[in-house]
Amino acid sequence: MQKNLNGKIIAIIAILLVFLYGIFGIPHGSLKQTLTDRIHLGLDLRGGTHLVLQVHTAEAVAANSDNDLVRAQAAVAKVASNAKATKPDASQPVIVISGVSSAEMQAVKSALSGTEYSAYDISSTADGYKMSMKLAEIKDLRERTLDTSIETIRSRVDSLGVAEPVIQKYGLGEDQILVELPGIDNPDRVRDVIQSTARLEIHEVEGGPYTSLQDAQTAMQPDAILVQGGNTAEAQDYYALKRIAIVQGPDFRDARASQDEAGRPDVSFSLTTGAGDRFYQYTSTSIGKSMAIVLDNRVKEVATINGAIRDQGQISGGGFNKQTAADLSLMLRTGSLPASITFLETHSVGPSLGAASIRQGIIASVVGMFAVMIFMLVYYRGAGINADLALILNLVILLGFMGFTGSTLTLPGIAGVILTIGMGVDSNVLIFERIREEIHAGKPASAAVKNGFEHAWTTILDTHVTTIVSALILFFVGTGPVRGFAVTLMFGLLANLFTAVFVSRVIFDSVLNRKTRGEALSI
Amino acid sequence: MRFKDVELFRDVKIDWLSKKWFFLGFSLIFSVAGVLSMLFWHHVPVGIDFKGGTQVRVSFPTPPNEDHLRQAMDRANIHDASIQRLSGGSTGNEAVITLPQSNDSNADSARTAVVGALASNYHDSSYKIEDAYTVGPTAGKQLTRQAGWAVLWSLAGMLVYLWFRFEFIYGAAAVIAVFHDTLITIGFFSLFNIEITLTVVAAILTLVGYSMNDTIVVFDRIRENLQLMRRASLAEIVNRSINDTLSRTVIASGLTFLTVLALFIFGGEVLHAFSFALVVGILIGTYSSIAVAAPMLVAYQDWRASKGKSTQLTAGRKATI
Repeated sequence: MQKNLNGKIIAIIAILLVFLYGIFGIPHGSLKQTLTDRIHLGLDLRGGTHLVLQVHTAEAVAANSDNDLVRAQAAVAKVASNAKATKPDASQPVIVISGVSSAEMQAVKSALSGTEYSAYDISSTADGYKMSMKLAEIKDLRERTLDTSIETIRSRVDSLGVAEPVIQKYGLGEDQILVELPGIDNPDRVRDVIQSTARLEIHEVEGGPYTSLQDAQTAMQPDAILVQGGNTAEAQDYYALKRIAIVQGPDFRDARASQDEAGRPDVSFSLTTGAGDRFYQYTSTSIGKSMAIVLDNRVKEVATINGAIRDQGQISGGGFNKQTAADLSLMLRTGSLPASITFLETHSVGPSLGAASIRQGIIASVVGMFAVMIFMLVYYRGAGINADLALILNLVILLGFMGFTGSTLTLPGIAGVILTIGMGVDSNVLIFERIREEIHAGKPASAAVKNGFEHAWTTILDTHVTTIVSALILFFVGTGPVRGFAVTLMFGLLANLFTAVFVSRVIFDSVLNRKTRGEALSI
Repeated sequence: MRFKDVELFRDVKIDWLSKKWFFLGFSLIFSVAGVLSMLFWHHVPVGIDFKGGTQVRVSFPTPPNEDHLRQAMDRANIHDASIQRLSGGSTGNEAVITLPQSNDSNADSARTAVVGALASNYHDSSYKIEDAYTVGPTAGKQLTRQAGWAVLWSLAGMLVYLWFRFEFIYGAAAVIAVFHDTLITIGFFSLFNIEITLTVVAAILTLVGYSMNDTIVVFDRIRENLQLMRRASLAEIVNRSINDTLSRTVIASGLTFLTVLALFIFGGEVLHAFSFALVVGILIGTYSSIAVAAPMLVAYQDWRASKGKSTQLTAGRKATI
């Protein structure tokens, strides 16, 4: 019995040390430094920006099918002279090939049977074929668009020099991304950098400039879109551009801030080899036509094609300053966002609010803890020391858990710690009351302790399980701060199961060991 | 040094069940007051994380003048702002400017508008933006739905667990008690016009767990006494059980209440609504185990007796852990 007890005491001390390590690691530097290294502070305590973005992945699907349309048109034109490929609805990935004579049907079918079109279900119609993108393909494409968006945003954020950013898929809805940037409390520039699709495209100009919307609309061809010129502040004339771009985002290989002949800031870009070839082919057959450089749905510059261009170019539509030219080059280099994004939620917390919250949280914890500890000492006397030791160990294990798992401490999390103190000591009260009852009923000290623990155990288990169930649900539903609360509550309760039952029992046993037979227990 | 033998509640013999009409009246007053407020007065005040909108918290070196703030907003064409002065808390002189939601595409423009309005129109430039929060309507609706499910799942989970450990009627009585607690707590929020945010929902889920705990302690005792006191009536057993556990209930609740009170007083402005929910919740949760859950068991049995069915409330499955 003695050896067993010593073994248990050593086990408890070992656990204490292990979890102390979890909190502090190997101490270095100041106390504050060591603590914050292991336990991460949430945005609400550290200050920073929290963003939830919605990625419109449907745009990427539409853009992708536009590319397929161009390819299909070229392929079909080789074998069927009158065939035309169109998209009846620009936003749906459905391509219709019409104008195919019955003699040409077979040839067209084999032209479309290549691997480039394997994403489509091809069915025949009265005068041609209908290609609809398979659902699995659409889903896959949307997934990839989301992933690419996350990577693009990550590289943009990295270049801003944010420490420990969080960029990940967000559970509450489809195609949502969570971005958390600690330390950045002015979200404006960050938002601009993130949100700009930096969609740079080059389109063929079909007509324009028109000064009024009506003129532009009457002159428009079916496969054209209307885009305004000027920069975002004041929109100016309208241009009718061919919808399908000659050069798009992924075709840009590099971009640099530079200067034009007049010394004003502009952006020089170079295209990938494949895109360069296509551009060369287009420009050499389109001499005399105009092309428009479109940035984020605004025509930046219109140029006449005077000769074949391969892969180098400059955007100098004016309206750049050094900062915007540098930002744009960054965005072109890291890749444009495959789809546009809107902000669903933004939250920026200044650092001073966070520091105030920490201070208040700590004061409340300390006050609460002292109140509880003093009460336990007064009401339960010797056993009160037992409860207080268990309480301290409980806290150490809780914080150690958080250190080991790298959990984030938020302000509600601090509240969770305070709650754990209160609810944790509940278990001790349950046990002690039971022990007192047994003593009143006349049982000797050791039997009273044994019965007390036995009877109280099922109740303790029941109460902990129900609260852990709520905490689990909170964990899955909640975000950020609420999650932090659920985490500290759960860890605290688990730690409490251990300290209230095992540790308290060991302390009682070692006290009982020291008592002579029949001596009263201080409770 | 030996402390005197301090023990409250030794040999308590209160007849709780006879007071049930008093309890019912008490509960009704608060529930009805809360429901009336929710329907007609303040309704259910909800934070922007559920209803969408923009909220900017600004701190000033000296107490800000609300009228000047409103003028600053008006001059920038922001007419639907609600401006609230926050007193107390260690951050002192703060104001919260709230705007209702706009559509998703300019979710952030409201914030920039407010910040811009302050910058250009407010006479004192030494203010600091402590916190700026914008929620688009989609995000708000999603969160509301999610939170609603969370509460329902929580209650269902507990009902199942209690059904498994006891009998169905115990689970039902406990869930009704918890529902009573939640209703009164939300009623208090409505009466005092305090916003319910996601952290408040977290507090409410916690006190759901806490109220369950409390009820379980009494039920466990009832189950034990049903075995021991085979000759006594259910009413006597329930009274005995409540009295037996009264000591533990009051002390444990008292201690938890102490810690939550510390949070309410010292925990600061940001956690204010959260700690308010816990303060109210713990008081009501303790009350409901004695005043709602236990009488419900007896009432159910009386109802069965009046229908001529068997009146033996069994102890449920014996706990074997």
